Amino acid sequence: MKALLFEKLTKTYKNGVQALKGIDLEVEEGDFFALLGPNGAGKTTAIGIVTSLVNKTSGKVEVFGHDIDRELAIAKSCIGLVPQEINFNQFETVTTILLNQAGFYGIPRRVARDRLEKYLTALQLWEKRNAVSRTLSGGMKRRLMIARALMHEPRLLILDEPTAGVDIEVRRSMWTFMRDINNAGTTIILTTHYLEEAENLCRHVAIIDKGRIIENDRMSRVLRKLQTETFVFNLRNPIASAPELPGYNVAMPDDHTLEIEVSKEQNLNDIFSRLSAAGIEVLSMRNKTNRLEELFMRLVGPQGEPTAQAAG
Amino acid sequence: MSQSSSELQTAVHQSAETPELGRVNRIGYRTIVLREFHRIVRIWGQTIVPPAITATLYFIIFGSLIGRRIGDMAGYSYIQYIAPGLIMMSVITNSYGNVVSSFFGAKFGKHIEELLVSPLPNWLIVAGYMTGGIARGLVVGGVVTVITLLFTKLHIYNVGIVISAVLLSSIVFSLAGMINAVFAKNFDQISFIPTFVLTPLTYLGGVFYTIQLLPQWAQHVSHGNPILYMVNAFRFGFLGVSDVDVGLAYGIMIGAAVVLFVSCVVLLNRGVGIRE
Repeated sequence: MKALLFEKLTKTYKNGVQALKGIDLEVEEGDFFALLGPNGAGKTTAIGIVTSLVNKTSGKVEVFGHDIDRELAIAKSCIGLVPQEINFNQFETVTTILLNQAGFYGIPRRVARDRLEKYLTALQLWEKRNAVSRTLSGGMKRRLMIARALMHEPRLLILDEPTAGVDIEVRRSMWTFMRDINNAGTTIILTTHYLEEAENLCRHVAIIDKGRIIENDRMSRVLRKLQTETFVFNLRNPIASAPELPGYNVAMPDDHTLEIEVSKEQNLNDIFSRLSAAGIEVLSMRNKTNRLEELFMRLVGPQGEPTAQAAG
Repeated sequence: MSQSSSELQTAVHQSAETPELGRVNRIGYRTIVLREFHRIVRIWGQTIVPPAITATLYFIIFGSLIGRRIGDMAGYSYIQYIAPGLIMMSVITNSYGNVVSSFFGAKFGKHIEELLVSPLPNWLIVAGYMTGGIARGLVVGGVVTVITLLFTKLHIYNVGIVISAVLLSSIVFSLAGMINAVFAKNFDQISFIPTFVLTPLTYLGGVFYTIQLLPQWAQHVSHGNPILYMVNAFRFGFLGVSDVDVGLAYGIMIGAAVVLFVSCVVLLNRGVGIRE
């Protein structure tokens, strides 16, 4: 079953800006789906339409087969939203926020109290249950928004930049939690600017730019479309100039580092052989950026201009 | 932070069932009302104390000090005559103030989105906020009534009229407060209407005098003030005297309540002020 379906979805704002230009998208039940794009690409508008915070101009949206034009209440009951901006009442306690949220979805108070304990414990917020929400740290506020979105145990969880501004340790633990939620059967749609996050967590990816979907496939297939990758080689000894490696683009940011662009047709063994022949000893090697980020930049371009190279 | 998948599995399967919308609406409405009531109690220093002090000052100054020199009005002592008006004034301003500040605060803090993304229909969200406004109107009205009893006796001519008039008035002004909040873009705009429209209309709505004291043209103008009908219907319930036809007053209150409720729902449906 499709957890989410867009058909020819458009949105034109009153100021004339066309945020969505007829996008089609399908997200399968149980998927962990990345919806990526630069700022202003249309991601939040699309999410806003699904959650009814934005009125669509035309097109069709279904959530688990429920058309939002005909069965809005049922469609909404299937969705949990973690929005980009902190949007809970800053004067209420953590417990009050979660119990109210459960109430808005018709969850009886007794059941809500059990879930509150379960999710606050899982998200390491149980000790803060009686704290007024404005006193929480940024990372705790983000986790509270996740707990809030889970109080009615939605079938589709939409996470709009859920780890923005949290430290690496908390981010990693949130990844583990999101994986567990997904493994338990909840479909997750994730938007993020941390492309490492999307590459690590998601099985499918769609890239949206200027209101159009410019890429939509399995993560593994999308990554295979990357024509070239840039590797960074850390050298044991300093070198005076970059070595001649015919067929490769070589840059030397400093005398201990080489950056070499490698296409799909080339291989690393060949590079290592040539470097050895030139008497250059390599200490370590890594990707310059993660692969999804590299692909993303090539698709969207520095000014958001799509380029043909990455599509392969 | 991690919790095992199997522990979460059961709940996910349960939630795959289509929810019973009647139950969702019932619990959702109760949640909004309780949240509003807790807000009134949590900020009692802003919601309950100021109107109690204001009413006390009115009774001391207009009732006891000046009132003695004014003499009777419509066959009752001045303090008895103004008592229903003062209670109604506190109900009106507090019903309005509760919804306008709560709903605009939710808009400003963006936690209105909690309700907008929920399965609750817009008419129920309007009803929930309206009930919150009624609750504050009645709580403050009750406090002012107790203060009234410290200064004078309250006659009850018809308890049904007293209750229905206060309920209808608080409904009307709760809904009016919601419309103000929907259109307001900043805090100035939620204080503009209470300061420049509601307060003058209340003071000129027969709280402190019978309009029969006014010249003919001013009486005609006063009949265009909806608060005149509410105050007089309420006063009729206590004293059995009124400057206006009580049937007409009910017609105006019921009509206004229906029109305002429908307007609020239409505004939310269209997303005015809250949706892109």
